[in-house]
Amino acid sequence: MKAHDGAVGRRVQVLDQASLARTISRMAAEIVERDGDELMLVGIHTRGVPLSIRLATEISQATGRSVQVGRLDISLYRDDVGPWRPAHRQPVLKETVLPSSIENATVYLVDDVLFTGRTIRAALDTLNDWGRPRGVRLAVLIDRGHRELPIAPDVVGKVVPTSRDEDVQVRLEEVDGEDSVWIGREADDAR
Amino acid sequence: MPVEAATSLARKDLVGIAPLTPEEIQLVLDTAEELLEVARRPIKKVPALRGRAVINLFMEPSTRTRFSFEVAEKRLSADTLNFSASTSSVTKGETLVDTARNLMAMAPDFIVIRHPNSGAPHRLAEIVPASIINAGDGINEHPTQALLDGFTMRRHFGYLEGLTVVIAGDIRHSRVARSNAFLLTRMGADVRFAAPASLLPLDVEKLGVSTHVRLEPALEGADVVMMLRIQRERSKESSFPSQREYFDFFALTQERLALARPGALVMHPGPMNRGVEIDSAVADGPQSVILEQVTNGVAVRMAILYLLAGGHGEPASHS
Repeated sequence: MKAHDGAVGRRVQVLDQASLARTISRMAAEIVERDGDELMLVGIHTRGVPLSIRLATEISQATGRSVQVGRLDISLYRDDVGPWRPAHRQPVLKETVLPSSIENATVYLVDDVLFTGRTIRAALDTLNDWGRPRGVRLAVLIDRGHRELPIAPDVVGKVVPTSRDEDVQVRLEEVDGEDSVWIGREADDAR
Repeated sequence: MPVEAATSLARKDLVGIAPLTPEEIQLVLDTAEELLEVARRPIKKVPALRGRAVINLFMEPSTRTRFSFEVAEKRLSADTLNFSASTSSVTKGETLVDTARNLMAMAPDFIVIRHPNSGAPHRLAEIVPASIINAGDGINEHPTQALLDGFTMRRHFGYLEGLTVVIAGDIRHSRVARSNAFLLTRMGADVRFAAPASLLPLDVEKLGVSTHVRLEPALEGADVVMMLRIQRERSKESSFPSQREYFDFFALTQERLALARPGALVMHPGPMNRGVEIDSAVADGPQSVILEQVTNGVAVRMAILYLLAGGHGEPASHS
C-alpha cells in the first residue's frame, strides 16, 4: 500500500486500505452512538451498497444486534434526465430492496461521495414513496463539498476539499477489487 | 452465453421486434425486472415520466393491452389521453396521417398505436416527432406482447437460450406469433409453430421456426406452450370445419400437455376462447402463467416507455 501513497500522475490518494477500514469503523461507532434502535442502513447504488453492508457488519459486531440493510436505486427519481435534458441517456435501472416496513425505522442513507446533494434529494423522494420512517439520516464516506441543495451529512468519514472539476474516486473491494480513495483532475479509471 | 445488455435503447420508436438487437431485448427485459417492484410498493408510482404526455390511439378493440399501457403510463407519472376508433373522427373518414397531425398539435411525447393495417405505426413514426409504440398492427407485429412473453419465460427459467417454445393456433393471422418468433429465435430459443396448414403463414420459412400440422409431435420436449386464439375477425372464410373439430385436433388439453416437459409453462396472450383452443382445466391449471403474463405486461411496457424517454447521448451522472 505504501507505493500508492502520494501523487500518481495527477491523482492523489486520500485513503488506503487500512485508513479506509479505520474510517468505516469510526463511522459505525458514530451511528451507534446517535441511533441505537430500529436501525436500517440503506445503501445507494453503486458503492453505497457495499459500504452499508460493511457498516452494518461493524455495528452488529459492536452491539450484538442485527442491523437491517437495504439498497436503493434513485434512477427513477433523478433530476438530470427528463424533458429539460432530452439528449441524456436513461440510467440503467438497479434493484431497490428494503428489508421490511420503514415506518418505525431510523433510516441511514449511505453513499460513497457527497457532492451536489442531488442524489440524496432523489433518495429522499424514493424513500418517501415507501413510507414514513421515524427519521432519515445521511452517512457518507467522503464529503467533497459543492452542494447545490440544502443537504448536510450526519456522519462523515472524511471531508476532502476539492475543486469542482476534480474527480473523487472511491474504490471498494466488492466493486473495484481494491480499497482506496483517490482525488484527481480527470477520471483515469473507468467508473 | 447470456447476451450482454445494451446500455440504452437508442431509438425513437418501438415499431417491432424485427429491428431490435439481442442486446437491446436484454436491456428491456432487465429494466422490466427492476420495474416489477413498483407494483409492490405502498405508492405504486414513480416520477420518471412526469410531465410527459402519451396518446393511446386504439383503432381496433382492445381491453388488456390498452389497460396495460395505461397502467404503465400512470405508474411512471405520464399524462395519458385515450383515443379509440369508435369515439374518434376516424369513423368520420379522417386518414391516419391527418389524425396524427392533429394529435401532434397536442404535443404528445409518445403515441401508442393499435391499428388494423400492418405498417401503420411505421408510417406514423416517419411523419411525427413523437415516439411511436406499436401496440399491434394488423397481422404484422405486437412487440410489447412478445417482450412480456419472453420476460415471463425468462422469469421462470432464468434464460431464453435453448428453450423449446411451441406456438399453436391461428398463426397466419397472429402478430403475436410473428413478434414472438423474431424475439425468441433472436435470443436463441427453438420455436415450433403448430397449426392446421390453412392457419400457417405463407412466409413461415423466413422466420427460422419449424412447423407442425399436428399439435402432438410439436409438444414433445416443449418447455413452453403458447396457445393462440382463432381470429374469426381476420379470416374471410373458415379455415377449419368447426370449433368442435378444432378442439378435438388442436386444443391444449391435459392429455396433450402431458406430452411436453414436466412443468412446461402454459401461456396465452388473451382473450381466450375456452373450449376452442384451450381446455379450462389447463387454462386454470398449475402450469398456467396466463395471469402472470398480464402482470408482467405492465412492467415491460413501463420499461419501453422509460427507455424510449431517454436520449442517445451521454449517460447522466451526478453525486
